[in-house]
Amino acid sequence: MGHHESNYEPKWDIAKWFDERLPVARMVSDQFIVFPTPRNLNYWWTMGMVLFFFLIIQLITGIILAMHYIPHADMAFNSVEHIMRDVNWGWLLRNMHSNGASFFFIAVYIHILRGMYYGSYKAPREILWLVGVVIYIMMMAAAFMGYVLPWGQMSFWGATVITNLFSAIPIVGDSITQFLWGAYAVSQPTLNRFYSLHYLVPMLLVAFVFIHVWALHVVGSNNPEGLSVKSSDDTLPFHPYFTMKDMYMSVVFLTIYAFFVFYMGNYMGHPDNFIRANPVVTPAHIVPEWYFLPFYAVLRAIPDKLGGVIAMFGAIMVVAVLPWLDRNPIRSLRYRPKARLFFWLFVIVAMLLGFLGAKPAEGWYVTASRILTAYWFIYFLVIVPLLSKMETTNRRMPGSITDAVLNNH
Amino acid sequence: MSIKRTLASFAVVLTVFGGIGMAGAADKAGEHHDKSHVERQNWSFSGLLGSYDKAQLKRGFTVYSEVCSACHGMNLLSWRNLMEEGGPEFTKDELKALLAEKEVPAEPNDEGLTHSDEDGSRLMRKALFTDRMLSPYANDKAAMAANGGALPPDLSVMAKARGIPHAADNSEASAWYAAPFYGLMEYAGWIGGTLKDIATQYQEGGADYIYALMTTYADEAPAGVDVGDKSFNHVFPGNAISMAAPLGTFETGADADKEANKELDAKSRDVSAFLMWASEPHLNARKNLGLKVLIYLIILSGLMYAVKRTIWAGVKH
Repeated sequence: MGHHESNYEPKWDIAKWFDERLPVARMVSDQFIVFPTPRNLNYWWTMGMVLFFFLIIQLITGIILAMHYIPHADMAFNSVEHIMRDVNWGWLLRNMHSNGASFFFIAVYIHILRGMYYGSYKAPREILWLVGVVIYIMMMAAAFMGYVLPWGQMSFWGATVITNLFSAIPIVGDSITQFLWGAYAVSQPTLNRFYSLHYLVPMLLVAFVFIHVWALHVVGSNNPEGLSVKSSDDTLPFHPYFTMKDMYMSVVFLTIYAFFVFYMGNYMGHPDNFIRANPVVTPAHIVPEWYFLPFYAVLRAIPDKLGGVIAMFGAIMVVAVLPWLDRNPIRSLRYRPKARLFFWLFVIVAMLLGFLGAKPAEGWYVTASRILTAYWFIYFLVIVPLLSKMETTNRRMPGSITDAVLNNH
Repeated sequence: MSIKRTLASFAVVLTVFGGIGMAGAADKAGEHHDKSHVERQNWSFSGLLGSYDKAQLKRGFTVYSEVCSACHGMNLLSWRNLMEEGGPEFTKDELKALLAEKEVPAEPNDEGLTHSDEDGSRLMRKALFTDRMLSPYANDKAAMAANGGALPPDLSVMAKARGIPHAADNSEASAWYAAPFYGLMEYAGWIGGTLKDIATQYQEGGADYIYALMTTYADEAPAGVDVGDKSFNHVFPGNAISMAAPLGTFETGADADKEANKELDAKSRDVSAFLMWASEPHLNARKNLGLKVLIYLIILSGLMYAVKRTIWAGVKH
């Protein structure tokens, strides 16, 4: 994978024999032990390992939950409650899985914003970035379908709203929507296929995580200075330095996660989802899970259905093409004060949009959503490309990572 | 360093916003003494060290079986749950006594009959510990027919299926020039409310709502409000509720029966706690284990940090 020379020396005959046939130990040694990593990585770079932990938690708890869950419109709701009440440690498994999804998103949003701040998407890491966006979209699909499975009111009506978005597509929209439903409304076939896909998508996601790590190990990590690695002085071996730093942050994250799992298990959900799905009663406010709220606000900001759908998917797509919108040679916003200002404005706007997504689409909420949605697109399509042409030099920039490390401390 | 600066400014913004928000929320609670506001109650089961009060759950069960169960069921609970750890913990003998008179519709007998071939009546059998605490009605249609068209909902997860919003509601501010100000205030209230909820591990919105529902019935709808055959309740969405005051209403005036008022309050509290247990039967075990897990993870974090520091000592980064 990486470009550095392998220095793995099998110590025993059996290891040598194995290495000549399948160099697994060599790969682990090269990629995860001696792998040269910029020495100046800060704690924002620990989210990769945190995400890996949460992926494992979601897979293990999910596989066990699947042993008890029943994907049937009449039984799904009660089977989830059966898990919470009668399955040994079922309440723990279920709380871990539902809150694990939220923490997965918390970590991934930090991970993405870190990439944006330090310019991790720029050459030569464009493919790495694109694979990351694919993983993010798969996460959203998996999370959305997972939320439908308990078959509560928010499950049902959330599924109805989101699948109905496809009906906005001209001519073929209705056919696509019915194809997704497997029926003429969200019903048993929809639940059954969402269950199947909720199991499939994370498996594909694992494959894409492997590609993401592969792409990372070809080009190496970016770093807070945004400078390329120039000499071996700039790097440290991955183990024990970064394994330890990452594991430490993972435990910190697990602690906060445990607080929610044990004490606030339902806080990030919605009470309405403890009411069985009822196709003839619509909840007063249909609200998606918190991690979709900014996009939900964008969707509702546009007064036209198709326009709203295009804006919502567009809001994600502009992030995907960021490497081609921002061609400035300086990666890190540490050395781009103007871009930094607009970046933080973007973060605040995204959070405000999340707040507005949880509110009913009426009155000043709509006006505010429109203004903030406009900023989202103006940021990516106008501000970033313009600033890309300006701010191309900075006298304060150090010559190398080692320079920066020695002068900053 | 810019990251530290950023983090610090984030913390400042969050604190200022949160502070304004909490103050705003407190203000609201003060000025809003109208009854449509659901007040947060003190519960034995709230917070990090919370656990159910067995005696309260037993009293709550009595209210449930004497009042609620006339119309509502709890089909996710079995009678056996009442003697399990972390609940009312009735003894086996107590539970036997409770079920002594209880009969449930029998399964088809050896002839395949569910109804008597003499008088056509439903065949019944003695209730077992493993039976579900079913609704008294044969089916939803029968329940609706007996309740003026309204279906008494199952109460198994009622305390999880209701909540109370924490955000200060400023949506009256509609003037365009005032909107940004009120908008920021509302956002601040939202963040402040969230921080406050996290600080208090607030998960008792359902119990608070049920208590409020039981205690805010009015003998008569206020002038100008027509609820038809229904009753007027201050916290029920839309105010017109099909369920007549199950535990009565508070007496007011100089000759009010204070004892009766106290009893209504106590019964409402007990039944809310009981329904909370029905929704979260493993709360005691969950909070008990949670504390151990948290202590373990906090110590582990400290150790990990020390190891990390040791490994990185002498390496400039």
